[in-house]
Order: sequence, then C-alpha cells, then structure tokens
Amino acid sequence: MTTSIARARRRESAARVWAEFRRHRSGLAGLAILTFFIAVALFAPLLADESGLDVTQATGEPLSPPSPEYPLGTDESGRSVLTLLIWGARVSLFVGLLATVISMVIGTLVGVAAGHFGGWSGATLNRLTEWFLVIPFLPLAIVLATILGRSLVNIAVVIGITSWPGTARLIRAQTLGIEARPFLERAKALGAGHWHQMTRHVLPNVMPMVFANTTLTVAIAILSETTLAFLGLGDPLRPSWGSMLDSAFSSGAITTGAWWYILPPGICVVLVVLAFTLVGRALEAVLNPRLRER
Amino acid sequence: MPVTVQTAPVGRTADGGGPRVRSGTWRYVGGKALGALGSLAFILTFNFFLFRVLPGDPARNLTRNRKIPPEQVAALRESWGLDEPLLQQFLLYLKALLNGDLGISYKFRLPVADVIADRVWPTLVLVGTGTLIATVVGLWIGIKSGWNRGSRFDKVTTGSTLTVYAMPEWWLGLILLAVFAVGIGPLPGVFPTGGLISPGVDPWSLEGILDMAWHLVLPVTTLALAYLAEYALIMRSSLLDEMGEDYLLTARAKGLRDDLVRRRHAVPNALLPAVTLVALNIGFVVSGAITIETVFSIPGLGLLTYEALRVPDYPLLQGCFLLFSIGVVLANLGADLVYGWLDPRVRG
Repeated sequence: MTTSIARARRRESAARVWAEFRRHRSGLAGLAILTFFIAVALFAPLLADESGLDVTQATGEPLSPPSPEYPLGTDESGRSVLTLLIWGARVSLFVGLLATVISMVIGTLVGVAAGHFGGWSGATLNRLTEWFLVIPFLPLAIVLATILGRSLVNIAVVIGITSWPGTARLIRAQTLGIEARPFLERAKALGAGHWHQMTRHVLPNVMPMVFANTTLTVAIAILSETTLAFLGLGDPLRPSWGSMLDSAFSSGAITTGAWWYILPPGICVVLVVLAFTLVGRALEAVLNPRLRER
Repeated sequence: MPVTVQTAPVGRTADGGGPRVRSGTWRYVGGKALGALGSLAFILTFNFFLFRVLPGDPARNLTRNRKIPPEQVAALRESWGLDEPLLQQFLLYLKALLNGDLGISYKFRLPVADVIADRVWPTLVLVGTGTLIATVVGLWIGIKSGWNRGSRFDKVTTGSTLTVYAMPEWWLGLILLAVFAVGIGPLPGVFPTGGLISPGVDPWSLEGILDMAWHLVLPVTTLALAYLAEYALIMRSSLLDEMGEDYLLTARAKGLRDDLVRRRHAVPNALLPAVTLVALNIGFVVSGAITIETVFSIPGLGLLTYEALRVPDYPLLQGCFLLFSIGVVLANLGADLVYGWLDPRVRG
C-alpha cells in the first residue's frame, strides 16, 4: 500500500515538473529538436540505404555539389553526404548516450558516497574527484583512446571515465545538503543502515539534479565524441559526424570550397548539443527554485 | 574591467592584526601549494599506470594492430624495465623523469624532451592571448546581459553564446578558415591559411613578430570566441545570484547611481565565483588548443599531440599528456593564489 502512495506521489510530482517545464519555451524547442534527431537515428534504415555507407559501392562523383540525386552532394569517395549524415546521427547519439550513462553512474556513486560517508573515506573520494578534475580532459581522452583502440564502445568508455568528476562534485554538494536534513537523522535514529539511507533517502532526493545534469552531460559527451572522431580516433567503420568532418578536413574540402561536406555535420552537432543544453537548463530551472527567475 | 574588490574586514582581527594575517596568508598559500603537489604526484602515478597496468603485456598492447618494428618493442620493454617488479619499474620511471628523460620519439627519432621544448611557446602564446581576450570580453558581456536581464542585449547575447557554446571550437575554426583565409566565391581570403610565420622571415625581427601576430589572428579569435561564450554565461549567472542580495538594496537606498551599484558592489562580489570557474576551465582551453592548432597548423604542443596520436608515437604522446597536466595544475595553483588575493575571506 505504501508503494502505491509513493507511486502516486511520484506521478503527481512528475506532472508538476512537466507543467513547469512547458513554460520554458527554449526547453520545449530543444525537446522538439531532440525528438526529430532521435527519430532520424531510429529510422535511419528506412530513410537511407545502409549500402550507401560502403565506399566500394559509391555511385557518385567525388566531392560533387548538391544535385537532385545527392541533395547534400557527395564526399571524397562519392558517397551521399545525406546518407552519411543520417547514419552518423545514430553513431553520435549512441556514443553520447552510452558515455553519459557511464559518466553518470560513476559520478553519482562517487558523489553520493563522498557526501554520505564522513571521515577519511569521504575525504579520499573527494580528493580523488578533485585530482581527476584537474587532469585536462582531451589529452587524457586522446591517450586512453589510443591505448584502448578505435571502437564505438571504447570511445564511449573513454568519454565516460574522463567526464565523471564534474558530476561527482555536483552530486556530493547535493548529498551534503540532504545529509543535514531532519528526515535522515530520523532514519538513522530508527536504525537505518548506510545502504538503506543512501538508496531510500539520499538517492531519491538527488535524482532530480542527476537528471538535469544528465542532459547537460549528453551535450558535452556528444561534443567530445565529435572532437575525438575529428582527431581520427573514431571507429573507422562507423562514421559519426565528427569522422565526417575529419575526412572533409583531410581530403581538402576547405580549400576546394566543398561547403556541403563541412557545414551539415557541424550544424547537426550544434543543433543536438544546443537542444540538450536548452532542455538541461530548463530542467535545472524547474528543479532548482533559486534559478527559476532567470 | 574594474577589479576593485570590496575588502571586507573579515579574517583580520583588530588587535595585533599583522602577524596573524601573515600566518593566515602563509597557511593558505602553503595549503594550496601542498594540494598542487598532491595533484602532481597523482598525475605522475596515474601516467605511470596508464601505460603499464592495463591487462596483458604493455608493450604488446601498445603495438597491437600497428606496424611497429620488433626492435622498437624490445627497446620499449628494455627502457620500461618490464621484466622487473612493478615497484622497481615505478622507481625507474621516476628516476628517468627527474633526469628529464621522457624517452625517444618514434617519429622524430629525438629525445621527447627536446621535441617538446621547441613546441611550448606557440601554445603558450595562443592559450594566453585567447584566454585573456575571452575572459575580458566574456565577463563584460556577462555583466552587461546579467545586469539588464531580459533586455534585447541579454536575449541576443544569451542566444548566441549558447549557440557558440554548442559548437566544437575546431569547427568554428574551420568555418573562419574557409571564410577569411581561403575565401568564398568572389571574396578572396585575407588571412594566411596556416602556420605561425611566413617561410624565410626571421622570428626575432619586428617584421617577424608582426607576421606572427597576423598568422595568429584567426586561431586566437577562434579560441577567444569559443570560450568567451562560456565565461559570459558563467558571469551572467554569477551576477544574477547576487541580484537579490540585501547589500545591493542598501547601496541603492543610500542613493548610489545604478552604475555605481553595479561597479562597486555587485560586480566585485559576482567576479569571485567566476574567477574560480575561469581557472577550472583552463584544462578545457588546453583541449581547445589541441584542435585549433591542428586546424590552423600552428607548430605548438597541440599539433604535436595530433601528430603523435596519428603515428601513434607513445613516448611523445605520454610526454605531451604529462606537460599539459602539469601546466593545468600550475595554472590552477596560480588562480587559487589570485583568488586568495582578491578575496581576503578565504585566507582566514
């Protein structure tokens, strides 16, 4: 019976968040852009034939400008840029989301533990977070990606393990705030163990912040994937938007003025990242009343 | 940019202030220096394990799927002392580091330390000027849009800063390169398409310095644009945090002009958190330098990292990683000290 009450209360608060979220026009716009790109990624096989990715089956002239047959022109080996773009959405979103999951899991675990456990274990975790925070992200990611080898999962793992400290710090601050609240003291007085305190009291309360932070982390993860792929660390068999820009750059699309090869992948990245940022900011404003006036 | 900070008389006791203040300052500086040393020790250890403790034979791991001559693999095993116990290897590694020995680069066939030494200053110039411009302009935009929240200026700048923030900085660089260096359609390019200096020009003459500045216009603009967006957003929200505070009401109530309330009271306080975030961001600016140097072929550490990862040249890559990390730790320490100087409260 208590679970049904909790569920009803949760549903109610979700409805309240949604009602508040709808008032943020930029957040709604972000949500619309995201829906579009997620649909493109899911229905990629219907929108463009996968054989269009195969260099050996390319039909077009290399680097030819947009035409009725190739709405966004062709790349240096004669493949349709539009096809690459559609399949690239899958890769970019997949890596971005997987990296975010990894980063959020590590960040939340470390953050909650660092905030919940006082004494040396909490202090150690906090120190560790700060040390990782100092290591410059891209050099570390480059080194890790070069060691692990080029595959989509590896790229996601690399981004995940390089981007968790920011989350951990945020979650730790939130946890410390909750630790001071009377309901946790009550739970402790009733004999709740660490596990119960963390899973039943701390986590449910930091979850909204984790959620808002997640959308912002996806934005950063997608940007990171694009950058790593641009540097040539992407999966050579599954081109993402970043790998497209890598090929465009190294095949001299800049000097030949092949704008159709440089602009579309970049614009897609900007749109998706902007959309995640807008949704994340709107969510933050909904969940954190201090920011609501902005 | 007014950096006049309201020095509140906190942490300074009225009686016998001198020695106590000094001991507080030293404790603050010492604590921060100790923290930086801790970070350095962590980075050195991390760097060691990064290349060694992955499952399997490190030398084989690094050469997997790549054509590296067997004698190089043997040399790698030898120089890392891979047949020795782990502790022995670690001591060997520390000893080599202290001697400035970072190994031999595969690509250049020269000591890594020498290769890196030649490439440091272009990166310093690029990151330094870029950060300076980004900070000044970004904070100015942030203050102006935050103070007049909801104004047209605020809407336009917040929209465009968010968009620039969503761009990979090297893509912005590619666009600037295409438009202003290569030229589009009938419009010719104005700026050089890459490099740091025209061939045959003496870098130490006046002509050489001007030529370098001309080459750096586009890369520095790219870096500054990419990061000023972030600083503007940070400063704006930091200022908004201060907007509701009582001391601003007091300042207004005593009849100060709006302009003075902003300059003397709101901005100095809002600047403090912004300074910390700008400092924390230096690691990301370094990341930006890697890609921007790649796009504009500026022979700095960033382009060197790119060249190293394309080979891949592990000793060189490791050296670059180490140097970038140490640079960021030192920059953070510097920022902490500046922060302590700006805000007497943290010195306690």
